[in-house]
Amino acid sequence: MKAILISDPTLRDGNHAVAHQLSAKQIAVYCDAAEKASVPIVEVGHGNGLGASSLQVGEALETDVVLLETARAHLNKSKLGIHVIPGFATINRDLKGAIEIGVDVIRVASHCTEADITQRHLGYSREKGKETYGVLMMSHMASPELLVEEAQKMELYGAEGIIIMDSAGAFLPSDVTDRIEALVEGLSIPVGFHGHNNLGMGIANSVAAIQAGATILDGTAKGFGAGAGNAQIEVLVAVLQKMGYTTGIDMYKILDAADIAEREIMPLVPIIRSESIVSGLAGVFSGFSKHVTRISKEYGVDQRDVYFELGRRKVVAGQEDLIIEVVLDLVKNKKK
Amino acid sequence: MSKLKVAILGSGNIGTDLLIKIQRSEYLECMLFIGRNLSSPGMAKAISLGVKVSDQSINAIVKDPDCCDLIFDATSAKDAKYHWEILEKLGKIVIDMTPAKLGGLCIPAVNLQDAIEQRNVNMVTCGGQASIPIAYLIGQTHAEVEYIEVVSSISSRSAGPATRLNLDEYIETTEEGVRVFSNAKKTKAILNLNPANPCIDMQTTIFAKVKNPDIKALTAAVNNMVAKINTYVPGYQLLVAPIYENNRIVVMVKAQGLGDYLPKYAGNLDIINCAAIAVAEEYAKKVAGLLK
Repeated sequence: MKAILISDPTLRDGNHAVAHQLSAKQIAVYCDAAEKASVPIVEVGHGNGLGASSLQVGEALETDVVLLETARAHLNKSKLGIHVIPGFATINRDLKGAIEIGVDVIRVASHCTEADITQRHLGYSREKGKETYGVLMMSHMASPELLVEEAQKMELYGAEGIIIMDSAGAFLPSDVTDRIEALVEGLSIPVGFHGHNNLGMGIANSVAAIQAGATILDGTAKGFGAGAGNAQIEVLVAVLQKMGYTTGIDMYKILDAADIAEREIMPLVPIIRSESIVSGLAGVFSGFSKHVTRISKEYGVDQRDVYFELGRRKVVAGQEDLIIEVVLDLVKNKKK
Repeated sequence: MSKLKVAILGSGNIGTDLLIKIQRSEYLECMLFIGRNLSSPGMAKAISLGVKVSDQSINAIVKDPDCCDLIFDATSAKDAKYHWEILEKLGKIVIDMTPAKLGGLCIPAVNLQDAIEQRNVNMVTCGGQASIPIAYLIGQTHAEVEYIEVVSSISSRSAGPATRLNLDEYIETTEEGVRVFSNAKKTKAILNLNPANPCIDMQTTIFAKVKNPDIKALTAAVNNMVAKINTYVPGYQLLVAPIYENNRIVVMVKAQGLGDYLPKYAGNLDIINCAAIAVAEEYAKKVAGLLK
């Protein structure tokens, strides 16, 4: 039986769903549950990762230090992972401290065409002996060939595996198959997939990734995550088991963990809202959803128009400020 | 008046674009364009303009110290440190385009006169040149500024290998610049690269958390400031005038380049170069005794 490595960003991607308001207590509760279920990697942090608490993306309730120290105290067998985007997180200000707290897994991420900004962070993580991955976000915005080139750069910088994220939930299974096959062919390190559910494809795309040769999958409890939410970890574990793969995760206990998460950390279980479908169609970063809803409402514009305009402008993760500009433009055009 | 003699150290994009701007200046004359490789595109451009070139790096100035009075250092933070040790002894004025921060930080629209009293002036960062004037005004119009955050998005194609490798230094230097000029208690800088084609113009958003926001006073000050910056950066525009949204002040500006050596979308490179030229010209006026 083939083994699949599952990484669980409930406490990182899920932070998008609550405007980065996860508390230390909630971190502790879910870490305990994930540890009991033998989840291999638990990723913790602000929605955009280390050093990303900001007016641009949203200020976190807890500092990175509190989030990571709490998780560290509640994880033992399960590894503690972080998401690191250069441009937000610097080595001196953020990464050094996280390593001192004792993170085990460092995933350095960039927009899918900008891998060369990850060189120093990846190198630093490897130097410190951490399990190091490269992450290509918004991977629907690059062709399979371009993704391979960018992933190869990350491999050269020291990444021990590459995860592509469908950050906008824009892929259909065939898109995933094309990309993962190309990556598996072009790299000598493991390949992974991180799915979102805007078009209802979170699990289907994850299955397509595995069938195309991926060996790492991300999933979150009840799909707790940005926008329409992520591939649901307890469903992934069940589906993989049925397909004959092993994950090392305890089925009953991950179901328990998902229920605990629903009760303790989620105001709402993610559903595919109408605007999430539009966001997926337009290929807009899922983390934008709370901002788009709020600002559209404030200025009285149809948020679906906002998504399509953001998609047309090819806005990338981290450009949340453009939402205001697009909304104000729509207001101006309405008056004309 | 006779022009101030200058040299450019570094034949990359920044250095070459500076050269083209200097060719237009009434106050500056480029005596030497210095790199390490005579076959680089920047060198070819300089030769085509009839400018004297050298591939001897800093030694070109050591050998002929009288060739110039002012040097633009457009190399790297590490090299700029080494160059300054030599150039200081030679009594040269240095305008530092790197994030080495050896001299005082300069934003021409805010502290041009202070800057020309120094022998080494640092031009902060491209994002700093765009955001700090606004951050400064937020500090001027508000008694207590808790926090300022500046977010720049630039076209991927305008970010060369040095920019990409030095993102951390960009962030640290920009954060320091914003703090020094605004007196905010805490600052943060974020940089995004966007690969969209056609290329996006450089865009910068300034967010602030303040006690008792005064949008009216800030708006008036911002309008004056944009006009002032336009005297040296024609492509600097206000994109979103100050608003108060979700308990934060938001101002957005955009910088379009002049399209000299680099395309117009590379407003990030243009703005720091225009600022450096403004400083050098002010020195020239001072040396010529045109300033009181």
